[in-house]
This record gives sequence, C-alpha cells and structure tokens, in this order.
Amino acid sequence: QRKAKQVSEDEDDEDEAPRRRGRRKLTKTDDDDDDEDETPQRRGRRKLTKTDDDDDDEDETPQRRGRRKKTTKPQDSDEDDEREKRKFTTGDIYVLFFSSFSSPPSPADSDEESLSEGEIAALKEQVEEKKKLIATLRNKPWRMKKRLLLLKEAQDFVEKFEGALGKGKGRRLYAFKVMMTKKLIKFNRDFENFKTACIPWERKIKEVESHFGSSVASYFLFLRWMYGLNLVLFGFMFGLVVLPEVLMGLPYGSIPRKTVPRDEQATAMDFSVLFDFGGYCKYSVLFYGFYNNDRSIGVLQFKLPLSYLLTSVGIFGYSLLVVIRTMARNANEGGDGGDEGEFIFSWKMFTSWDYLIGNPETADNKYASITTSFKESIVDEQENQKDENIHLRRFLRVFANFLILCSLGGSGYLIYFVVKRSQDFAKMDPKTLTWFENNEVEFVMSLLGLVCPPLFETIAELEDYHPRIALKWQLGRIFALFLGNLYTFLFALFDEVNGKLEAEKSIKNATEWALHQYYANYSSFYNTTNVPPPNVAPADVIRGPCWETAVGREFVKLTVSDVQVTFLTILVGDFLRAFIVRFLNYCWCWDLEAGFPSYGEFDISGNVLGLVFNQGMIWMGAFYAPGLVGLNVLRLLTSMYYQSWAVMACNVPHERVFKASRSNNFYMGMLLLVLFLSLLPVVYSMMTLSPSFDCGPFSGQEKMYDVVIDTIQAMPAFIGNIFTYVSNPGLIMPAILLMVLAIYYLNTVSKAYQQANTDLKKKMQMARDDEKNRRNNQDSTNQVMKDLEDLLPNKSLAPTPVAEEKPLGTLNFLITKPGTAGKGVEVQKEESLSAPNPRRPVTRAPGPRGGPPGNMRSPQPEPGRGRGQGRR
Amino acid sequence: MGNKQTIFTDEQLDAYQDCTFFTRKEILRLHSRYHELAPHLVPMDYTNEPDCKLPLALIVDMPELKENPFRNRIVESFSEDGMGNLSFNEFVDMFSVLSEMAPRELKAIYAFKIYDYNVDNYLCKEDLEKTLNKLTKEELTPEEVELVCEKAIEEADLDGDNKLSYTDFENMISRAPDFLR
Repeated sequence: QRKAKQVSEDEDDEDEAPRRRGRRKLTKTDDDDDDEDETPQRRGRRKLTKTDDDDDDEDETPQRRGRRKKTTKPQDSDEDDEREKRKFTTGDIYVLFFSSFSSPPSPADSDEESLSEGEIAALKEQVEEKKKLIATLRNKPWRMKKRLLLLKEAQDFVEKFEGALGKGKGRRLYAFKVMMTKKLIKFNRDFENFKTACIPWERKIKEVESHFGSSVASYFLFLRWMYGLNLVLFGFMFGLVVLPEVLMGLPYGSIPRKTVPRDEQATAMDFSVLFDFGGYCKYSVLFYGFYNNDRSIGVLQFKLPLSYLLTSVGIFGYSLLVVIRTMARNANEGGDGGDEGEFIFSWKMFTSWDYLIGNPETADNKYASITTSFKESIVDEQENQKDENIHLRRFLRVFANFLILCSLGGSGYLIYFVVKRSQDFAKMDPKTLTWFENNEVEFVMSLLGLVCPPLFETIAELEDYHPRIALKWQLGRIFALFLGNLYTFLFALFDEVNGKLEAEKSIKNATEWALHQYYANYSSFYNTTNVPPPNVAPADVIRGPCWETAVGREFVKLTVSDVQVTFLTILVGDFLRAFIVRFLNYCWCWDLEAGFPSYGEFDISGNVLGLVFNQGMIWMGAFYAPGLVGLNVLRLLTSMYYQSWAVMACNVPHERVFKASRSNNFYMGMLLLVLFLSLLPVVYSMMTLSPSFDCGPFSGQEKMYDVVIDTIQAMPAFIGNIFTYVSNPGLIMPAILLMVLAIYYLNTVSKAYQQANTDLKKKMQMARDDEKNRRNNQDSTNQVMKDLEDLLPNKSLAPTPVAEEKPLGTLNFLITKPGTAGKGVEVQKEESLSAPNPRRPVTRAPGPRGGPPGNMRSPQPEPGRGRGQGRR
Repeated sequence: MGNKQTIFTDEQLDAYQDCTFFTRKEILRLHSRYHELAPHLVPMDYTNEPDCKLPLALIVDMPELKENPFRNRIVESFSEDGMGNLSFNEFVDMFSVLSEMAPRELKAIYAFKIYDYNVDNYLCKEDLEKTLNKLTKEELTPEEVELVCEKAIEEADLDGDNKLSYTDFENMISRAPDFLR
C-alpha cells in the first residue's frame, strides 16, 4: 500500500499529456519490483544526472556503458558485490521476460567502475531476452497498449546495446518464416476443404445430422457407403462383362438367344411388357440369357464366359472383403456410441462453436446441431444416472423377449403354413382358385411386414432400453422376421427353377430329336453327308425356358417393386401426411400437429433393413442379371436425394435424439449375414445346377464351373498339375485346419489387446487423479494467472468516472506480489480479489449484463417439466 | 486515399507487426475496416495516436462477429474498460488473437476470458449456464441446462471448488480435439 501511494502521488505531480501519463503509469505498475523500487534511490545518490524522465536515464546508461566497456578491468575486491549483482540480474531477467520491460539494468547503476565478464554475459543475456521478447511479444496475453510499450522499450534497449546489429536480417527471415507458415496453413486448409468437397453429399448429411441427430444421419452414411460399394461392383460388372459383350460380341438379332421370339414380337415394345422386363428388355445385356457361349470374342480374344464367372464370384469376394475391412476399422475406431472422453460436456460447451461462421443460415444449422448433440449426450447421461427397480426391469425384459419370441415363432409358422398351402394350390388348376388363394403368400408376407415392426416396438417399450440399444434389438428382431420373407422367396424361386429345368430337358430332347430328324432326312433326300444347317430365322427357333434369365427377371422385378413401394410410402406416409397435418390444421377441431396424426418420424430400422435386404437381392441377382447392379446404383442415387429431401421436409426429429454408435458395425454385421445368406443359393446354383442349353455364356456345358476347368486345361501342363495338387483333399484339409488355428490365435491376441486396453484406461484414470492432486498444490501457472488478472477490465478507463488511485493500487499490488515470492495461485487471487478496494466488486458486478437467462435459472419446476414433456 | 504514410508512421506499422500476427497490409485493412464502422468518429490519420473508441454495438455488427453467440463477450473481453468500447489498439488486438496464426495457448486464455461472464477469473455455474443458453439458443429445458452444467464442472474441475479456474480450463481445453482445428 505504501508503494501504491507513492505511485499515485507521482501521478498527481505530473499531470501532463494523457498519453505520456498512461505510459508512465504502466511503467510503474508493471515493474515496480522490489529492486526496481530501490534503484531510483540509489541512483539518486550516485548519479550526477538524475532527471525525472526515465527515458533520459536510459539514454544516459548506454553511453556510460560503452565507455566502460572500453576500459574494462575486473576488480577482485568487488567479488561479493558481484554475486549480489548477479542475483539482481537474474531477478531482472525474470521481470524483463515475464511481466515487463525494465529500465536500465541494475548492474549498470550499482557500480560505476566495475564491469566483469559476468556482467557482460549477463548483459548479453538480457539483450537476448529482449530479443526473444520482441519475437514472442505477439504471443503474450497482454493488452495492446502494454505490448506496444514493451516493444518500444525492448527495441530501444536492444538498439542501444547492440546497435542495429542483425536486426533487419533477422526480421526479414522471421517475416519470411511467418509468411511461409501462413501459406502452409492456408494451403492445408484449402486442401482439407477440397478433400471434404470431394466427399459426396457431405453437406446434405451434415444438415440432416444437425436437425435429426446422428442416428438418422447414420442411415444416410450407410446409404452413402452402400452407394460406393455398388459403384465399384457396377464397375466390375460393366467393365468386365457387359461392355465386352456389347462391343465385341454378336449384335442383337444374330442368334436366337439375342432375338425376341416370333410370338412375343408383337408386344415386345409395349410399355407394360417392358416395364415387366419382358420383350426387348428380356433379350438384352441386362440378363444372363443374352450372353453368347463363344470361348473368346473379339480381336482381344476376350474369354467372356470365364470373365463372367470370375466377375460374379469376384463381386462376392470383394464385398466380403470390404465389409469385413470396414467392420475391423470401425472396431478400431472403437466407441460403441458412448464416447469415453473425460470431458464430453465441457468440450461440447467450450469448443463446439465454429468461430468462422459468418452466414446466418450456417449459424442456424450450427445452433441446431449443437443443441442436438447436447440432447444426445443428455440422453446418454440420463441413462447412466437411471437407478430403478432392477428386478422388475429384468422381469419385464425377459417377458418382452418372450412375447417377441412368441410372435416371431407364430409368424414363422404362419409363413411355413402358407407356403405349404401354396404348394398344394400349385398342383391344382389355377382357374379354380380365387384371387386370394393365388396371392396368399404375398398377402401374408406384407401383412406381417406391416404389423410386426410396430408390434415389436410396442413390446420394446416394456424393456426401457437406451434408444440406441433399443434400435439394435428392434433391428435384430425385424431382421429375423424378414429372414422368413427371404426364405419363402428363395423357396418359391427354386421350385420354379426345378420346374423350368424339367421343361428344359424335354425341350432340349425335342430339339435334338428334330435336328436329328432334319439331318437324317436331308442326307437321305439329297444323298449327301455335307448337310447345311437348317435355315430358320433366329426368331423362329424353338428354345428352352432359360431359367437363369427367369430368375434374373424375378430379382429385377423385385428390386423395382421395392423401389416403387419405398418411394410411394414416403410420398404418402410422410409427405401427404405432413401436408395434411400442416394445412388442415387451420380448420380442424383438434391440434393436428401436436395431437393424433402429427408428423412422421424417420423410421431408421425399417430403412436400414430395407437397404440391407435390397443389397442381398442385388448380390443374389447380379449373377443372373448383370444389369441389376447398374439399376441399383441408380436406385441408391435417387434414394439419397429423395430421402434426404423427404426427411428434411416432412419428418420431425425423434422424441429422444440419441447418438448413434460411431461405428455402423451393427448395420455392417447384418449386411455380412445377408451377404453370406445370398452367397449360398448362388454358389449352389453354380455348382450343382446345370446351365440352360441354349442361352447364357455357359450353354452347352454340364456345369458352370466347367469353364474354369477348360481354361486350366488349356494352360501349360505344369499349371494344371499345380491346380490338381491344390485341389487335393489331402492339401485342403490341412489348409482349413491351419486357418482355424490362425483364427484362434488372432482371436486370442485381440483379447489380450483388449485386456491391455482396459488396463491402460485404468492407468490413465489413475494418472488423472494424480494430476488432480498435484495441481492443487503447485503454482506453475502463476504467470498466466497474473496475466489474466492483468486483462481484467480496467474500470478506471470506463466512461464512468472512478477514482484512479484505488484501481491502480490494486494493480500495482497484484503485480508486485508474485515477483517477490512465488506464492500459490490461490493466495494471490484471494488477495487481489478481496483486499484493496471494496468498491470494485460493486462497480463491475455482473448485474447489468447478467440479464437474459434469469428465467432459466429461476426455480420453476412445473412449467419447465411441462415444456420438457411437451417436447418429448 | 489509403496511402499508408498518411495513416500510420512506419514505426507504428512495424510495431503493430511485431505485436500482432498481421502484416502491414492487413493492419492497414483493419484500420480501414475500423474506419468504416464509424467514419465520422475515426480519423484517417493515426500518426499521433488519437484517443478514440468505438462502442460495442458498432463492432458487434461486423459480419465477422454478427453470427457469433459470444460476440458481446468477445468484444467486452478485449476492451480495457470491460464495457465493450474498443480503441483501435484493442481492435487490432482482438483480431490478432482471433486470427488463425495465434497460438493455442493465447487463444485458450482469451477463450477463458470470453466464457467468464461475470469477470471473476473463474467459470462458475452461472457462466456455464449463460454459455450454454447462448450456444443452444435456449432450446434446452432448465433441467437439462442444470444437468449439463453440473456434468461439465464435474468433468473439468480438478480442485473440487465447483468452479473452473483457468488451470482447470486449460487442462481441459488442451485435450479437446476440436479446439483450434
């Protein structure tokens, strides 16, 4: 306090130009360190030219210094003095570097005659410190005024003691460096932006995510991933099968399999037929039957049948690889939704705003997304805090599972029963059956698909899981239900195929018989063995049913009808509903928006499963209809735009917005299962069924894989030998065994890693606790605290006139304190806040500014609850 | 008009360059921006360091800050009087700290100040509530706000005084993946 008074008196004395005064004030307040305080007195004693002005002082010293430098001779008698001075110097440096500039260095004034090596070194050190200060000044959390001042002082200091040495060059280099870093940062940012711009639909998905939460966005992410996968599959199929056939194969109409039969030609261009994928569609590259069985085509000798087979198998291989790799990577990224960060809420609160946002629309989106993410975390948190009657909960969960198992079993039996019945019906004459009996299977299937999901959802209410887990259960249950769907479909399909195979056999026999007859007749009639082939137009040739094309058509029709149903459902169920609710609300007796129909929610489980099963259809159908993959790409593309529009336009967010697990591994797992399930029938048909004799790339062969065997045989003998060895059961068995062992080993290793992971997590937690304890009694951040105090608004500069002495005193006091003794942070703060000025807290109380959220804090549980309920 | 000699002396420009993360050109541009905010108040000639301040309302209206939920706090934190009146020095200071060149530590300090609504160098629950309400446009219910604030303090508070000191804040924010990215 004494010092403070001194200073204030000083201030009163010279009431000159405001700028100068400000400077002086800062000077004083900043570096009134103990030794600093004493120097003027000593200086006054010793120096001849003592003026009021500090600057003059500084002007003086360097000259003397320079003089003394020339006449330096160390004096031993001053050794003790010397040590003391060195202490001073270090103190000075501390002051210099951290809190202030300092006027002339103490050694200079303390002893005129002596200047030792140590002093020179110290001085150099000081100069270095000053330079460092200049270089890092911009990183200091000080007010601009102080910075400018310090800069000037430091520059003066350096210039006086160093001349202009090295200043320009260093600065230019520094400027260059700064420029380069700037450029680099900008380039990096541009590059990042470019990369983000390259990801399709990123913005759309982000927009959806900010309004509907990550769970809905996870569907769109899955959709996008699926699109990517299908694009690659399409690339394979198109590049290796479709394109070669179109470019190098025989044109349309050249051979029977590429021609519409005579009796179909009349209707081949009708829209209804084309829409059903009959007519010209049926005899196009879209389907298996179109492809010719020439071993190699075109100038490149492209082996199309082989390529067809390998591509079909390769599609499965590639999909399997990608799905598993994605799953593994997702598992690595970890996080089953609940992120295990220590600072979930703090980070969200303090780092979620993007300070670069300058566009109102973006800002609105950001607000929405921040709110949504908070809500997600709140749901997670509430789930953690929930403590309830665990026995009741367990009982309810078991009960719910029992109910669902019952209904699953019931629907399974229903499907089985209906399929059995339909087989009986199939044996009867179709004319005698009613419409219902004809379409019983489809009817039951759609009824189950309509009734069961909502039923499951209702039962799941009993379980009261976290919505994320509930979604998984729901997905699993509907998946099980849909498996029945798949089963009936495949069952019917194989029935059909078997029928076709029978028919084909008889047609094949008949054709062969006819040909045989023709040859016999021809040779006997013209009495020659040189028989020309029968002259029949390709359209008139008798042909088999070509079961592969039939199956392919089935898959394509299914996919298309699926698309139609999905899109129509969205149009009617979401758009029309939203439309009615929105506009009929003006003239309705109850509140449509809040009441009964309300707006639809986005059905995550239904959409995800639809996507998964659709993909299963694609995998199965791609072999029989190469065009299906291209069709699917189109479907996914439109679906992306259509659904993201629909969800933004007609849906409302879920009651409880929950965070999806960051890895879509559950979706991926289902996809993997479906992939496996769809692999089975295709491989079965490849391996056991014999291909049609008059259509497709494998016609004329006993089995489809004969192409591979033929190719191997065409290769040099030793490769054939290798294949023989490899396919030897004696080699395959050990290989399988080895693989099983490898899986076992890898599994064990991954378990060990998991264990290590949890251990490390535990250790981190412990380290954090340690840190907690340590931080409480250390003061390493002293300096920053001081700076922070320094940045407090200076009330003396506020428009309202406040007595100047007091705040000044406070500041002075504050800064003096840590310099003298590195006390704990707490002590310092306590003093600074409470001690000197009782008026301060009053003047800067949060009163005027702390207005707006008063209602938020007011203890009104009722309205708040009501609002919360309303939003739920 | 904008001949630099007439606005700043060379020394002034050099000093500004040393004290901020800006180049000469950028400082001149900042001045012109500052000038545009209130052409009748701000002189074109800054060589003799005129004493002129612009009120908060003018600065907050700049497109850079307009959409920021914390705009008032930002300006207030950088003003020496705590009321949001910025001199040109403080104005430059603000944009320097907010620029992408500013280091993480510096930003953390000012971020702390920005979130410290009642200017007591602690983030207490009221500060967090205000922050949260600004950030979500008061979309959360009071219970949710309460929960979030409690959790945030619980997570980051190391010394157990139910408010966040700068140490706590720095410790927390230095690990944030999104901070300064």
